[in-house]
Amino acid sequence: MTPADDARLRELTLMRKVRDRIDRDYAEPLDVEALARGVHMSAGHLSRRFRDAFGESPYAYLMTRRIERAMALLRRGDLSVTEVCFEVGFQSLGTFSTRFSELVGRSPREYRRHPEPGPGIPSWVEKQATRPIRNREVSVRGDR
Amino acid sequence: MGIGSVVRMDITINASFLPHTDAEASVAFYRDVLGFEVRKDVGYEQMRWVTVGPVGQPDTAIVLTPPAVDPGISDAERSTILELMAKGSYGGIVLATPDVDAAFAEIEAKGADVVQEPIDQPYGIRDCAFRDPAGNMVRLQQSA
Repeated sequence: MTPADDARLRELTLMRKVRDRIDRDYAEPLDVEALARGVHMSAGHLSRRFRDAFGESPYAYLMTRRIERAMALLRRGDLSVTEVCFEVGFQSLGTFSTRFSELVGRSPREYRRHPEPGPGIPSWVEKQATRPIRNREVSVRGDR
Repeated sequence: MGIGSVVRMDITINASFLPHTDAEASVAFYRDVLGFEVRKDVGYEQMRWVTVGPVGQPDTAIVLTPPAVDPGISDAERSTILELMAKGSYGGIVLATPDVDAAFAEIEAKGADVVQEPIDQPYGIRDCAFRDPAGNMVRLQQSA
């Protein structure tokens, strides 16, 4: 291990901690400044390094995470679309529907009516396999 | 062997392997945070293989191993493995307990890195998730 390797591994470890924090607090408003302070970086630097490590910005990752959870809740079927929207941390139904449709290719209402069959596989595998993936997003947007 | 003559072999899962990057830190997590017992500890410094397992279940164990020490692994491959571990995209395990909420409270109070607080998954289990010190995902679910 060279010092450069060590520094890279330390930074990746910090990025992992940031991502875990987003995973845990996905329903809370995202505070990139606070996340950055926690790892002694500027917000801009954190966003760039996070994107280098995981392929999307912290904000985009949070959206993916929220939509992932929303898909799970909609598949469960006992909550309305509006309830799911607030449950996963969105403040507005419009934003939720837009983000959901971008990532999943269908509106939350449509998805709730016809969810994919829930695979009877271990949770961890399902989490990986059914996670919405940003580069499979249906609409191509200029801001990516 | 023909159909209908399947021998019941009674195979159990005896041990599986999780990599560590700091033997002491990983042992502290599995022993002091999860409450596992240390059954065997061979090697020296960071080249240690430490067998841990739940108290009262001598037939199942996790061996904490130094990562990527197979001599057939190239330096580049070793770097990749260490980077994936640092990112949290390498190893993991799913554990179960009769009271996942109580266990979560205890593990969180002991300072573990939380990835997911206990939630009901749409496929019928309740689970939570932690990170071990080496970046392995440790999911903990309610046992049936």
